[in-house]
Amino acid sequence: MAKPENELTWKDLEIGGIVTEPGNASQYRTGDWRSQKPIYDFSRCIKCALCQIFCPEGCVQQNADGYFEADLYYCKGCGICARECPTMVITMKEEE
Amino acid sequence: MATRVGMEVSVAIGEMVRLANADVIAAYPITPQTHIVEHLAKLVANGELDAEYIPVESEHSAMSACLGASAAGARAFTATAGQGLELMHEVLYIASSMQLPVVMTVVNRALSAPLSVWGDHSDAMSCRDTGWIQIFTENGQDVIDNILCAFRIAEDQSVLLPVMVHLDGFHISHVIEPILLPESSDVDSFLPVNKYPLPLDPAKPVAMGDFGPPFIYTEMKWAQEVNLKQSRETIVKVWQEFGNKFERYYHPVECYRSEDAEVLLLTLGSFSETAMTAIDKMRDEGSNVGLLKLRLWRPFPFDEIRQAVAKAGVLIVLDRALSFGGLNGPVCSEIKAALYNEAKRPKIVSFVGGLGGRDITVDDFQEIVNRGIEIAQKGSEHEFEIFGVRE
Repeated sequence: MAKPENELTWKDLEIGGIVTEPGNASQYRTGDWRSQKPIYDFSRCIKCALCQIFCPEGCVQQNADGYFEADLYYCKGCGICARECPTMVITMKEEE
Repeated sequence: MATRVGMEVSVAIGEMVRLANADVIAAYPITPQTHIVEHLAKLVANGELDAEYIPVESEHSAMSACLGASAAGARAFTATAGQGLELMHEVLYIASSMQLPVVMTVVNRALSAPLSVWGDHSDAMSCRDTGWIQIFTENGQDVIDNILCAFRIAEDQSVLLPVMVHLDGFHISHVIEPILLPESSDVDSFLPVNKYPLPLDPAKPVAMGDFGPPFIYTEMKWAQEVNLKQSRETIVKVWQEFGNKFERYYHPVECYRSEDAEVLLLTLGSFSETAMTAIDKMRDEGSNVGLLKLRLWRPFPFDEIRQAVAKAGVLIVLDRALSFGGLNGPVCSEIKAALYNEAKRPKIVSFVGGLGGRDITVDDFQEIVNRGIEIAQKGSEHEFEIFGVRE
């Protein structure tokens, strides 16, 4: 969409609100729902990828060192990765 | 040349849908709609109509399948009645807000409990705020003409909205009437091929019925409201074109001997025919009465109603549905609201009657008009009167 979302008027909408730009859900910042964020102690990480598998948002990716880390643009702070991690790499910390 | 043939109205509806070349029919049989979908199923099974017939497991699925078909650019049709329409209810909003031009005949039936298969308008009125275009009909010819117009209106590029064509259960649906079915070539020239502008297409992907957070929901709803209101122009235009071609004319509000009438009666659906006979009789006896027939229920024809009642002293509205706990019947409420700010307006008297298939005869209509005039003069202890209820 050309305009920022909060500037769209009713006249800018396609018929029935159809979205003609495939995959634009990736622009939707779900990270601002978060009240807790994951903090990592990578010294304990065995790179098992369980956090990536369990993440309901699909936002956990390997970083340059091969460790698994959530993309905070999307991470909703649910804490499932912290609960599932077998070596307790992840702790959830309140957002400020 | 089209010839007039005696046939059951439900069968004629099936024939009209065949002539309109519907691509997908998804329906669940329910009294009094059954004969329509039975006939359509037969036409498809016999190869007389090249369409997909989807025998779904419920009306909720019927409407959902119609949405999918319509989204893919198909001409989709369904029919239901009463409880079936209620089971469809949530999907009705989705059809209209996604702007999918589905056409549905609703064979009006009273709602349970107690169980009733007979006609009234409680099912139609429950759809008032769903965003569909709603057209009422008073006889078999009206129904099939308006089904043809409904496809044309729904699929018009400036409209793209679903349309309900209402006919009263049994009083219209099961009656054998002389019906003039149009020639297939005339239907084809009146109804162009459906071209939904943004259909589901793997080559050009779109997403429909998306997530609408608070930043956009209000804009979506206003766009929907503006579109439905504006559709009235196209509806009137399509009816005019239909009239030019087929010489039968339809209007949002139809006036019968109402020009100089001091007292007006307003009805909708099949009762309008009986009411016309009653008006004729009362005119013969010297009463200055006329009839307004409401054909378009949504979008509501505010201007036409204001114009039609401008000279009258009394307006008597007969609703065939109750709005429980409300001021009066749903149609009368709308009319009162439409006229509230007018400098000159008639006294408005509200009746509810004909519930669950109970007849209102010519004599009954005369009684309603006479009682209405009495209430207009002397007032009533009730906001509305329920006609014929045994005390």
